[in-house]
Amino acid sequence: MNGYGGSILRVNLTKGEVTKEPTPADVARDFIGGRGFGIYFLFKEVPKGADPLGPKNKLIISSGPISGMLVPGGGKCDWTTKAPLTGGYASASMGGHFTAEMRYAGLDSIILEGISPKPVYLFIDDNKIELRDASDLWGKGTFAVEKQFKEKLGEEFQVAVIGPGGENLVPYACINHDYGRQAGRGGVGAVMGSKKVKAIVVHGAKSIPVADKDAYRKAGMALYKACKDAEGFKDWTRYGTTIVVSWCDEVGALPTRNFSAGSFEGGKNIYGPVMREKIVITDKACFGCPSPCGKYSRNKKYNSFVEGPEYETIGMMGSNLGIDDIEAVAQANLLCDELGVDSISTGNVIGWAMECYEKGIFTKADTDGLDLKFGNVEATFALIEKIARREGFGALLAEGVKRAAQKVGKGSEKFAIHVKGMEQSAYATHNATAMLLAYMTCDVGAHHNRAWAITYDLQVGRDKVVPEKVARVIWLQNFRPMFDVLGGCRLQWVELGIDRDLYVPALEAITGIHRTWEDLDKVGERIWNLTRLYWARENEGFGRAWDMPSPRFYEEAPTSGATKGQITKLEDVNKLLDMYYEQRGWTSDGLPKPETIEALGLKAVIG
Amino acid sequence: MRLYVDSTKCSGCNACRVACSLNLFGETNPKKAALVIEPQFPAPGIYNVKVCTQCGDCAAVCPTEAIKQDAQGAYYVVYEECIMCGACEPVCPEGVMFVRPNLVENTAWKCNLCGDCVAVCGTGALWIAEKEAATA
Repeated sequence: MNGYGGSILRVNLTKGEVTKEPTPADVARDFIGGRGFGIYFLFKEVPKGADPLGPKNKLIISSGPISGMLVPGGGKCDWTTKAPLTGGYASASMGGHFTAEMRYAGLDSIILEGISPKPVYLFIDDNKIELRDASDLWGKGTFAVEKQFKEKLGEEFQVAVIGPGGENLVPYACINHDYGRQAGRGGVGAVMGSKKVKAIVVHGAKSIPVADKDAYRKAGMALYKACKDAEGFKDWTRYGTTIVVSWCDEVGALPTRNFSAGSFEGGKNIYGPVMREKIVITDKACFGCPSPCGKYSRNKKYNSFVEGPEYETIGMMGSNLGIDDIEAVAQANLLCDELGVDSISTGNVIGWAMECYEKGIFTKADTDGLDLKFGNVEATFALIEKIARREGFGALLAEGVKRAAQKVGKGSEKFAIHVKGMEQSAYATHNATAMLLAYMTCDVGAHHNRAWAITYDLQVGRDKVVPEKVARVIWLQNFRPMFDVLGGCRLQWVELGIDRDLYVPALEAITGIHRTWEDLDKVGERIWNLTRLYWARENEGFGRAWDMPSPRFYEEAPTSGATKGQITKLEDVNKLLDMYYEQRGWTSDGLPKPETIEALGLKAVIG
Repeated sequence: MRLYVDSTKCSGCNACRVACSLNLFGETNPKKAALVIEPQFPAPGIYNVKVCTQCGDCAAVCPTEAIKQDAQGAYYVVYEECIMCGACEPVCPEGVMFVRPNLVENTAWKCNLCGDCVAVCGTGALWIAEKEAATA
């Protein structure tokens, strides 16, 4: 099949068997690849009510038709599963070189099923595929394991590995790859840990078939040229995502001290140019990317090397914890990666714990003696370790912010910053209604990347609650995740502003199927609705209440910074949802209407 | 003319190798490229890139004279004339002459100075210049 590796690899961990089956052409047609494959297989194959950490859940790892191709940014890999963090849908996007290597081994998806009786790793070298004993790797950090594989097997093997966080089933454990790329959110690392899979190593030397070689080369070259000619190319490539730290600080979107404000008095010390100057030594790209956002750093203060930190980690481990030292942030990043926990959720939950401590809800008797004031770097390092190992006070925080706050009570639920149990990522949304709506309705919980609408807020008026804003969020939610479906990165479009129509001839030449963006947006809408139906299937009473944001954004205005005194009214929060549901074709409780399901061709899928 | 590289600018994306395999074989398969990228992580955190200097040592040892030189000074393999004897591979000082029957059955391959790698490189790590000019 043109544009595809051609096979789905099933790994039955309970029986220790691996089998290949042809990639189904109808699924490729309707769901294309990546997270499209992910939700399709999740919905069809994981039975209702499955325990996320039990044998019935599956971990579905998918590439897409532009992964590994001559298309800028074809280095994204989708990891879909039932989320241990939220009990709903999880889809984590991982950059690096893994997805391309999967395709060169002929694999479009790898589906991990069941639970292995002992620690194993999955070895893939083209057609040689085996489960191998990983007892000696269990307990080790991600960098040590990756290094060990690279030395033993060679640099061309790509490695995805969990750390102690995943082994200890921390519900926001991540999967690490390429010394600093992660499938970060929702707890995909815990699912891999529950299955006793320490790592997946893959190498392939097959060519990926395409429908029209000449047209493909021409379209691919045009895409690279467009990236390199883009106005923002130089600055973006120099700073990567850290380019937005200063902007967020200025507009009051930089999460500060557990999202109590959106500007940070120490912000200037963690801006992109400061980091570039102080610690960055190399630009580090995902596969095929001409505009690498990855910044690789040598951290002299802590005598360490780390990829990053990128914007999210600077926000969550820096300003959100009151830390204004970029080297300390980089070290916190390294600890999260090495131990295998998501730096966004970890920064969020530590921020909540610090606020609890400052408010007297926790004392040193609760925190294993740690002085958990905002800004305490050493306490932050200690907590990351405790969380990943579920030790002492860390065991509570390892539950995730929603469950930890429910356990602790005392009003701390009000400043547990999450949606659907997923810790909010690094945009403060006191007065940015499109971005707030994006978080509220995001398909995995409070994550930013489905609809990065905050620039649109500033463009049209941040407190405005109008149908156009809602329409923009919906368009972004349908369209942006399509890059995760295609197996590529959105940032060439988002940050360099290249014309998205340039992808159309490339995709057609690769797959032989003509699809306009109108067609692709429709696929995006189909996938979005299917993920919503999945949430509803798995959670009794799922609906509107699940889309509510943290009260912090409609009850407590910041007392400092650019958004001082600003807040979103609760009635506007509800108005946003009303408009959103209506435009989506959902009921007033936020469930897709039968006619919406029918129109999107989902009836057959959901059965 | 020859290809030059500044390894300190490489970000390891491999777009060059994809473009290379597409030019040499009409395939998307970086294992069939004529450039080598050696990532050195986690420390010292750099990519070591190896490219063909068009020195001609491979052509000098080829028993069938299958490696010829074109007008711009690039040595290229005439696939039909290669007998896969393997003489060229060990004499390449950069390790970018390839004889890999498990990947390509019927011919050796090397850089033919097509320039596609330069066209897709986003970081300016690669460029083509006269053999004497070593800087960008």
